[in-house]
Amino acid sequence: MISGLKDRGALGLVVLLALAGVVLILAVAMATAIGDYSISLKTVFLAVTNGLGLSHADVSRIEQSVVWDLRLSRALVAALAGAGLALCGAILQALLRNALAEPFVLGVSAGASTGAVCVIVLGIGAGGLSLSLGAFAGAFAAFGLVAALSNGATSGPNHTILAGVAASQLFNALTSYIVTTSGNAQQARDVMFWLLGSFGGVRWPDFYLLFVVVIISLAICLWMARALDAFTFGDEDAAALGVPVGRIRLILFAITAVLTATIVSMVGAIGFVGLVVPHAARYVVGPLHLRLLPACAMVGAVFMVFADIVSRMIVSQQTVPIGVVTALVGVPFFAIILYRARPQS
Amino acid sequence: MSVIAQNLVWGVKRRTIVSDVSLSVAKGETLGLIGPNGSGKSSLLRLLAGLKRPLGGQVLIHDQDIAHVSRRNLSRQIAFVQQSAATDTNVTVQDVVRLGRTPHRSALSGWSADDETAVATALDRVDMTAHKAQAWQTLSGGERQRVHIARALAQMPQVMYLDEPTNHLDIHHQIEILRLVRDLDLTSIVALHDLNLAAMFCDKIVVLHQGRVHAFGTPDAVLTQDLLREVFRVEAGVSTSPYHNRPHIHFLAS
Repeated sequence: MISGLKDRGALGLVVLLALAGVVLILAVAMATAIGDYSISLKTVFLAVTNGLGLSHADVSRIEQSVVWDLRLSRALVAALAGAGLALCGAILQALLRNALAEPFVLGVSAGASTGAVCVIVLGIGAGGLSLSLGAFAGAFAAFGLVAALSNGATSGPNHTILAGVAASQLFNALTSYIVTTSGNAQQARDVMFWLLGSFGGVRWPDFYLLFVVVIISLAICLWMARALDAFTFGDEDAAALGVPVGRIRLILFAITAVLTATIVSMVGAIGFVGLVVPHAARYVVGPLHLRLLPACAMVGAVFMVFADIVSRMIVSQQTVPIGVVTALVGVPFFAIILYRARPQS
Repeated sequence: MSVIAQNLVWGVKRRTIVSDVSLSVAKGETLGLIGPNGSGKSSLLRLLAGLKRPLGGQVLIHDQDIAHVSRRNLSRQIAFVQQSAATDTNVTVQDVVRLGRTPHRSALSGWSADDETAVATALDRVDMTAHKAQAWQTLSGGERQRVHIARALAQMPQVMYLDEPTNHLDIHHQIEILRLVRDLDLTSIVALHDLNLAAMFCDKIVVLHQGRVHAFGTPDAVLTQDLLREVFRVEAGVSTSPYHNRPHIHFLAS
């Protein structure tokens, strides 16, 4: 629409998406090149085209393997996780009408950690897959509890948030109980490391799964973007504008739960991306969701890939948990939101 | 388009809040809904707007039972202006009025010329065109209420319900809003607290008391000394105003 381009934020969106696209490709390339074993960008490019079957360039087997099997899939999963968490944050901030809502506000991460701890410490099941499954099951148990406590989120935003707080407290307590009564020092360290998030173990199958989940979620959310705008003045107001509030809310809450649970079970509970990115994106493209959601996904992806690079670079020969890096950036931003949102008196 | 309510009943658990309410508004009329706090005015408006489902009875708009109309189609016919609806989102006046086009747009359709016209006309009608790029948060109470009415107008409804639209406004803005609503080419139902303003601006008045219709008719017929004592528990004298020929209530201090 020509008239649409004149709108506040429309041009901002196009520029932002193009810019973020370029930056994302650069970031992924950097993430693939940088590491304890440093690889030139040219080799990265050749190894990637080799991996895609587009070329048969002469790249040493070890470099080919590091680029294709380890770092590229890791960088792409980081991008998708960042996109997914930012998307969830934007949706929950709109549905709960709360500037401080984020993907874990409904207790999903606490539930996932309990599920993961059951696997790590109590040894329910075994192996990497069951850790993810345990986390996923725990995440959904928490979400189910929140849904039950808030009558399927029909009791109003504050009620839903309180239900989320209650579920988080309960599952965090369960996690601590299991770790302190049954775990040894090494297990406690494993659990803590897992909770703070890590892209260490991800491979291509993780990428494929997350890609499908993120793309489908984004598509459905964009489809409902206009309905989300109608929530600006609350649930009843949205209903008066013809939005089937109950159905939309249920679908969107379910999407955020599936998306968050998938990400958490894969890479742990990475905080602050879902809180920070929607606010940052809103400054640039405005509050309308048809623009905000794609912008969030792109900015979230870029942010997470850079955070992953930083997490591998801060301390040599060691990876700082990704959650530490995102929080180090996120907390100051959070402080700014609090400062700006303070009551004017 | 006329609005008819037949024997509406609604309540929460064992408490009946709206009890056997029937009323009708002819096309183009402005109906005032008055009653003490807790008399069921807000609930009745929500039943009439289809935002709550009645336990009994039905609402007919243009002889059609709204229970059988989809939410979306209903929103093309009925607009509902909430009592001082607020938001923390950083939206502009134009963004807010554009929300009124929601029931007319499909999920991914572009912004059409019809949409643009509807929004421009609505902004113009409430005299807020000059403020269209202004941030919602910076508006005064009266301006916010006018923007809400503009948003309702952008829905292009035939019927508009307003829940105490003059709350928290000074007398100038109260009169301004009610004059605007009266002059709209719409069937409207307005819940009001100020009885003199209701008398001045409404064609007919419904008095709700404990969830029931206590009286229904023209302001002259409804606003009597006895009714004010019975329903509102105040002593008052009622006379016909020499200025506008509508009833005027003189509340008595002792």
